[in-house]
Amino acid sequence: MNVHEYQAKELLRRYGVAVPEGQLATTPAEAEAAARALGSDVVVVKAQVHAGGRGKGGGIKLAKSAAEAKQAASEILGMTLVTHQTGPEGKLVRSVYVEAGSAIARELYLAVVLDRATEKLAVIASTEGGMEIEEVAAKTPEKILTESVDPNHGLQSFQARKLGFGLGLDAEQVKRFDAFLAGLYRLFVEKDCSLAEINPLVVSEDGEILALDCKLNFDDSALYRNADVREFYDPEEEDARESAAKELDLAYVGLNGSIGCMVNGAGLAMATLDMITVCGGSPANFLDCGGGVDKDKVTAAFKLILQDENVKAILVNIFGGIVRCDLIAEGVVAGAEEVGLAVPLVVRLQGTNAEEGRKILAESDLSIVAAETLREAGEKAVSAVGSAS
Amino acid sequence: MSILADKNTRLLVQGMGRMGQFHAGLSVEYGTQVVGGVHPGRGGSAIDGIPIFDTVAGAVAETGADASVIFVPPPGAADAILEAADAGLSLAVCITEGIPALDMLRAKAALADTGMRLVGPNCPGVVTPEQCRIGIMPAQITRPGPVGVVSRSGTLTYEAVDQLSRLGIGQSTCLGIGGDPVIGTNFIDALELFEADPDTKAVVMIGEIGGSAEEEAAEFVKAKMSKPVAAFIAGQNAPPGKRMGHAGAIIAGGKGRASDKIAALEAAGVAVASSPAEIGSTLVEAAPELGA
Repeated sequence: MNVHEYQAKELLRRYGVAVPEGQLATTPAEAEAAARALGSDVVVVKAQVHAGGRGKGGGIKLAKSAAEAKQAASEILGMTLVTHQTGPEGKLVRSVYVEAGSAIARELYLAVVLDRATEKLAVIASTEGGMEIEEVAAKTPEKILTESVDPNHGLQSFQARKLGFGLGLDAEQVKRFDAFLAGLYRLFVEKDCSLAEINPLVVSEDGEILALDCKLNFDDSALYRNADVREFYDPEEEDARESAAKELDLAYVGLNGSIGCMVNGAGLAMATLDMITVCGGSPANFLDCGGGVDKDKVTAAFKLILQDENVKAILVNIFGGIVRCDLIAEGVVAGAEEVGLAVPLVVRLQGTNAEEGRKILAESDLSIVAAETLREAGEKAVSAVGSAS
Repeated sequence: MSILADKNTRLLVQGMGRMGQFHAGLSVEYGTQVVGGVHPGRGGSAIDGIPIFDTVAGAVAETGADASVIFVPPPGAADAILEAADAGLSLAVCITEGIPALDMLRAKAALADTGMRLVGPNCPGVVTPEQCRIGIMPAQITRPGPVGVVSRSGTLTYEAVDQLSRLGIGQSTCLGIGGDPVIGTNFIDALELFEADPDTKAVVMIGEIGGSAEEEAAEFVKAKMSKPVAAFIAGQNAPPGKRMGHAGAIIAGGKGRASDKIAALEAAGVAVASSPAEIGSTLVEAAPELGA
């Protein structure tokens, strides 16, 4: 799960990690009041959307007075912000964060991540603040400092010192950096982050260490024990179809093609997209309906798939291991009848009781195209789209 | 021969809830020696003829169990894994999906000091055809034979096994290693076991996008494997930055792409299936002597 910058900074504050003062505003008048309340010579007005690259897209503006802040907010609020992370459709800006400006001496980079390769946590620091870390890693890998942290022992103070002195901080700054990183690390492990990135981390002209921007990602599997993080969930930022799927306990990812897919199991669902592509078609979505497939789940999945008006055919691919295919077939027939399915439906049932399942499909009043193998399913779905358009 | 499990395996079931009971029953039906269940607070009772114990240590003392399958829900699953290790089991297979990544990271680090092998979590389990079924796989689609199957996915494992069985090619052991970012047994561990198993003549490996486990496996194949390996990588058409169902299946920061994995495997001499429908036939190309 992702959160907004202002929410991430709220969490940083709770963990004693230094951030500039700031307030959230949803109207230009609120932004003006916030700028006045901050009492700083310069404020920064920042669009709150779940995407990086906001500055380049025009979503971050400097203001030297409350009136300028109001003006900046009126330009940003309601705009559709397009960045390299939003896709061409962009994201509607519903709120701005008005933050006291900082006198910046240096811009650095700091992150805590779960490192899958070493199966440890890693703290990554770099002198190249403000740049994408992937770019730094590709061009100047020697400028990246990494400390590997054993999750059962936790971050050690000496590791913070190694990084701090490595970044060229002075002794006083290293002490502040140590406290900053200790708070960030504690937030990471206590709130089950999967990524905590401070970019840039700034050293102000008076030697303070501050998080100027912050990106926090959280482990979805641990949200059950982090109620305060759950409260930050913003459905407006999610793809409408993906958040609807989440509520139904279906794993759904929207794509741009014409063949709607419903598959049991994530690996087989990915392979089904691959099969469709190999056969010359294009998938409209990834949908893993999980282990238990019944009528209600099939109906819900059909409705979700059909919300996408690009869908010209649906491919159901079920490998019934433990689940019996005859029961799935009944669910597919009932679900298709309930939603009044108007696009061609290709169903491949394999595994336990597949024969009985195919018989139920054949005897139904629906015109269902049955397929036996994965290839046949892909080919039939692609030709169904051809004949439908 | 086989890897990890055979007819002598004495299996415990940790978490005898609805799913645990159901699959314990199927494993018994398949001929697996299910010697006990662990369900704190229900020790001394029996479910479907399987004696229930309060603790894993108690169950081991009583039954001589050497392996365990874990169905404990996510909040207690990492604890269940560590309890299995503490009781001296040599193998634990964790089926549970949705364990917090940090819990697994801590458990995995702690397991390094024990003698227990972990398979999973978020995996379908292990089947040695006609000998032992641990987990949730539909064992009836397997048949005994010379091919080891290892996969990050559940239903795609079934697809691969089914393709092999339809070609008349049986399996030594089928193993799902799980789709999470932090797992106990990885591809390299499984390949090492298959390489050492005299009855395994070739291996099918099914990977997917995310992480770099397939690239590391490719290096291992190149350096250490004498047996032919066929592979398929799922998610060749997955968009970057999106989690494709599995917690570990995400292309992040340009890493974890299917194309890089395929290139690494091909460079290591692995035969990579160009479509998921050709997993079986690709194995036959890699190991023609196994073709029926």
